[in-house]
Amino acid sequence: MPKKPETVYMLRLADNALILGQRLSEMCGHGPEMELDMAMTNMSLDLIGQAKLLFEHILTWEDLAPNADVLAMTRPLEQYSNCLLVAQPNVDFAHIMLRQYLFSSMQKFQYEALLRSSDKTLAAIAEKSLKEIAYHIRFAKSWVLRLGDGTDESRARMSDALESLWRFTGEMFANDAGLSDAVAAGLSTNFALIYGDWKLEVKSVLSEAGGLTPPPDTRMIMGGHQGQHDENLGHILSDMQFMQLSYPGLNW
Amino acid sequence: MADSKKSNWHLYEVFIRSKNGMAHKHAGSVHAQDAETAILSARDLYTRRGEASSLWIIKSSDIIASDPSEAGELYDPSDDKIYRHSTFYTVPDGVKNM
Repeated sequence: MPKKPETVYMLRLADNALILGQRLSEMCGHGPEMELDMAMTNMSLDLIGQAKLLFEHILTWEDLAPNADVLAMTRPLEQYSNCLLVAQPNVDFAHIMLRQYLFSSMQKFQYEALLRSSDKTLAAIAEKSLKEIAYHIRFAKSWVLRLGDGTDESRARMSDALESLWRFTGEMFANDAGLSDAVAAGLSTNFALIYGDWKLEVKSVLSEAGGLTPPPDTRMIMGGHQGQHDENLGHILSDMQFMQLSYPGLNW
Repeated sequence: MADSKKSNWHLYEVFIRSKNGMAHKHAGSVHAQDAETAILSARDLYTRRGEASSLWIIKSSDIIASDPSEAGELYDPSDDKIYRHSTFYTVPDGVKNM
């Protein structure tokens, strides 16, 4: 378990990217069209690449594992600190695109808050990732708009996705100990202060998407950052960890 | 069934320019609903290995092509005009720069 405020916070960023990357990779060969299949796996590879850089960098701060693969692939469930949103299942294409839009639009603010980090390598990782994130937002947003403002069925599916995923958004901006310790250490600025701006931006896109409105913010579900996950992460880990646990140190 | 599902999908042709100063070259095609999706899909399918610095897309139906059955009358007459190639000519002695 990480002890330093820097590694606690960077592990959260790494786990977010790894778990969402894994989720998207499940769609490989299952996209509704070849073009969209490639788009989802490209985003998956972007995210896994971000995770790899972060895991490797975390190990220069604290000796948590012999290498990045072991750190990424072999921890018990309660030591993963990703937010709950990224582990939510691929119910349908509307869920996948809305999950991506909600996450990537948050991740943009989260990584912009790292650009003036006291850790120059982390700032460089953020700068590189922000180009990828800009594309993820553009792609996912265009589908939120198209499905929300499309047919009766596509709008109903996007509306269901919003009903199901919105309750996981508050956690991403929670001003918890992990974030405030990282801010105190100079690693990040306090991007939780941007929560209101993020909501305004997202609500305006949703409203353009066939007049969708999110449910009230009263019942936000949290806990992922602290290792309290729902059953979805367990299912992901059983797939993702199988090879490294069965054949430790396995390489391609 | 497949036709009705895809009735609003169009075929677009994709052109890639590898770097500044080069011409855009045909790379292939994508299916998409509109220009925005077409350019995103073209980016996702054809620029994964650093191939592009610019993309053009155009609806396949907007391309005006020559008729393959007229290829003979259109192109064969140029086959024997070897004097249209610079290699037909010899460079006179004493010419330093061409």
